[in-house]
Amino acid sequence: MKSKDGGKRGEPEKEIGLEALNIGFRYSPRKPWILKEVSLHIQAGERAALVGPSGCGKSTLAKILAGCEQPKEGAVLWQKAPLPKKGYCPVQLIYQHPELAVNPRWKMEKILTEGWEPDEKLLRDMGIEKEWLTRWPSELSAGELQRFCIARVLGPETKFLICDEISTMLDVITQAQIWQNVLKAAERNGFGMLVVTHNMALARRVCTRIIELPKLNKGLCLSGQMRIIDRG
Amino acid sequence: MKKTGKINTRTKTLIYIAAAVLYLSVIFIWGISMPKEAYGIEYSEKLLPPGWGHIFGTDDMGRDMLFRSVKGLSTSLIIAVLAAGISSAAALAAGVAAAVFGGRIDSFVNWCVDLCMGIPHLILLILISFMMGRGVKGVTAAVALTHWPELTRIVRSEVLQIRNSQYVKAAYKMGRSRLQAAWEHIVPHVLPVYLVGVILLFPHAIMHEAAITFLGFGLPAEEPAIGVILSESMKYISTGKWWLAFFPGFMLLAAVMLFDVIGESLKRLLNPGSGNE
Amino acid sequence: MEKKEKESVTGVENKWEHEKGKAPVLEVEDLTVSFGMYYKGLRRRELEVLHRLSLTVYAGEIMAVIGASGSGKSVLAHAVLGILPGNAAVQGEMRYQGGAYGEKEQKRLRGKEIVLIPQSVDYLDPLMRVGRQVRGVRGSKKMQENVFERYGLSENVDRLYPWELSGGMARRVLISAAEMEKARLVVADEPTPGLNEEMAEETMKSFRQMAERGCGVLLITHDIDLAFRSADRIAVFYAGTVVEEALTEDFQSGGAALRHPYSRAFLDALPQNGFRPIPGSQPYAGNLPKGCLFADRCPMRSEACGREIKMREVRGGRVRCIRDEI
Repeated sequence: MKSKDGGKRGEPEKEIGLEALNIGFRYSPRKPWILKEVSLHIQAGERAALVGPSGCGKSTLAKILAGCEQPKEGAVLWQKAPLPKKGYCPVQLIYQHPELAVNPRWKMEKILTEGWEPDEKLLRDMGIEKEWLTRWPSELSAGELQRFCIARVLGPETKFLICDEISTMLDVITQAQIWQNVLKAAERNGFGMLVVTHNMALARRVCTRIIELPKLNKGLCLSGQMRIIDRG
Repeated sequence: MKKTGKINTRTKTLIYIAAAVLYLSVIFIWGISMPKEAYGIEYSEKLLPPGWGHIFGTDDMGRDMLFRSVKGLSTSLIIAVLAAGISSAAALAAGVAAAVFGGRIDSFVNWCVDLCMGIPHLILLILISFMMGRGVKGVTAAVALTHWPELTRIVRSEVLQIRNSQYVKAAYKMGRSRLQAAWEHIVPHVLPVYLVGVILLFPHAIMHEAAITFLGFGLPAEEPAIGVILSESMKYISTGKWWLAFFPGFMLLAAVMLFDVIGESLKRLLNPGSGNE
Repeated sequence: MEKKEKESVTGVENKWEHEKGKAPVLEVEDLTVSFGMYYKGLRRRELEVLHRLSLTVYAGEIMAVIGASGSGKSVLAHAVLGILPGNAAVQGEMRYQGGAYGEKEQKRLRGKEIVLIPQSVDYLDPLMRVGRQVRGVRGSKKMQENVFERYGLSENVDRLYPWELSGGMARRVLISAAEMEKARLVVADEPTPGLNEEMAEETMKSFRQMAERGCGVLLITHDIDLAFRSADRIAVFYAGTVVEEALTEDFQSGGAALRHPYSRAFLDALPQNGFRPIPGSQPYAGNLPKGCLFADRCPMRSEACGREIKMREVRGGRVRCIRDEI
């Protein structure tokens, strides 16, 4: 965990990247805090894993860090500035269920090129076959769809990628394929990553640092019998 | 399993829809292009029972009931189209506004919906028609102004659901503007649901037009309207002139049910949950 | 329960004999399940979600079926219980305790001798308090309290409605519902997502208890570590069929003992092992190749792989592969 051997490419590694400052989140003022006083720093080119048991707020934090959800307290900074509200966001999020993250009424080609125009080399690297481009999302498997969801956010403007359990729903071979492709792309484009997962073996394999959310989070951990307690 | 020979559900549904559309458009075009003489007064042929000369019989002024019914029903259809058009446009605007802007506008739209649905339907219809001076104008206004709430609710919930979907959020993140995302993702998703809603509005509109006309708050008595025909026939029903009420009533029922068939079938086809049965 | 001796080479044959000594609870042979789907407007086609799947569950064991989420494993559970939707067509044969197991038997036995532990609380009646649902028709209040205590559910849980339960509690409620019946076969469809590690362990312990009482447990999961930790035997699910049935030890000993090339590739791709993927992807359910479903990705394929391939016994496991030197 302490090994920081990802820094082969030199100085940009040290650049300050994504920062979460005292994040607090709950769904309504009457509900308990899911996240409370969560702070973390990830450098621009770093690959960090966010781990913790289910229900401890990993996904919520991922959404907040990507700017898809607004925190009730605290702030998210990308290179010392708040995330842009308009235009292509340098921090991109990939979801767990690719079939929910694509418009079922669009052909794959349109989905792929919504944000930018990926070149052929990237498609080859990601293992996306030409003939898939003319299909509907319902005609592809989850693993195939997830490749599209990843490729469409690997544009040159992407500086940081948040992966929320992106291989949990896939078979292990597809999981290994996809991660190899993502790591290759990360190496080439030099973007950093936050990998949300409950699989420690995967976290160790893919990342250079492991962040355990329960240790940072002062909010209520929702798993187990906790819910019955707050009902009183 | 059952693969060959049998027509599958989807084909069957499409056949139903085609038949319904055919029936309704025949009545519509026939009614519009019909000359006034076809249902003119002819005292020598008063109150004839159905026969070869007059399939649906004639009324107390010798007017042919088939032509009157068709003409009346086509008038009803025109009013229904007008009213459904206005209603659905209002519903679309209100539903989208409520969902997109949220906050105060959302509560205001919801308040209007609740208000409109809180008053008994027929009373509201009669009130509006009466205020607008009855006639075609009054009926259309009444029907148009009372049928938007349900569709508004549907449109609102659909827009809300799609706006919070992951792919719309991803689109924003990839630099799409709100307008682009609305046009590319939200409109194509809401459109089919909306169309089904509009089609299911028609039978309501037709029924309510006929109802207020029947009660005397709608179209004037000289106009050939289903409501007028039915209310006149009430005077003769006790003397055994059954055809005056039966045929026009049946045609009204058929038109209403066919619209319902079209709408319900489309709903089943477009719903991914039941679309594969 | 007796631990199987961990002997290599010579012991293997005996281990299998030992398993054979047990009575099979459920035998599934060449089960094919397809769904009618519309495509391109009005044409209908059949999507084969399960393809000639064979599987045996013995009394007193936990049999895990592992495969990717969404690959049709739940369909297997629903086919065993006989609760598939209307547009599904089923072929093949199933036997329960050696006897016939058709639609009639499914109806008679399900919920009594054969119980499902479903994926989510959606399977509970949302308007009935969970205590009453768990007691069901035959259970008594006392039995239910016992079971609840065993699973660490406090007394007031019995007065809650399903939507008031947290993920972990819901799971335990579903399991205790299965405990109430004198089940001979438990089919657990992804019983652990939403549970933390301890509770997952606890769940597995309760499955082990059930197995020790002579029950057969069919555990359907995508969590490989879980299967490795708790199952006696593992069936590897690929493209709608089971390519290999093997003892859990065969997986843990590094893969040399495994029989099917896919099982080895699968083991090799795990992050804790090599994390090395083979190229290609699983064939689409609407367009399955003839013969071996893995042939197009197999490094050892031959012409004969295009023919129909039977499940056969090799070194104490069962495999759907024709190579001579497995």
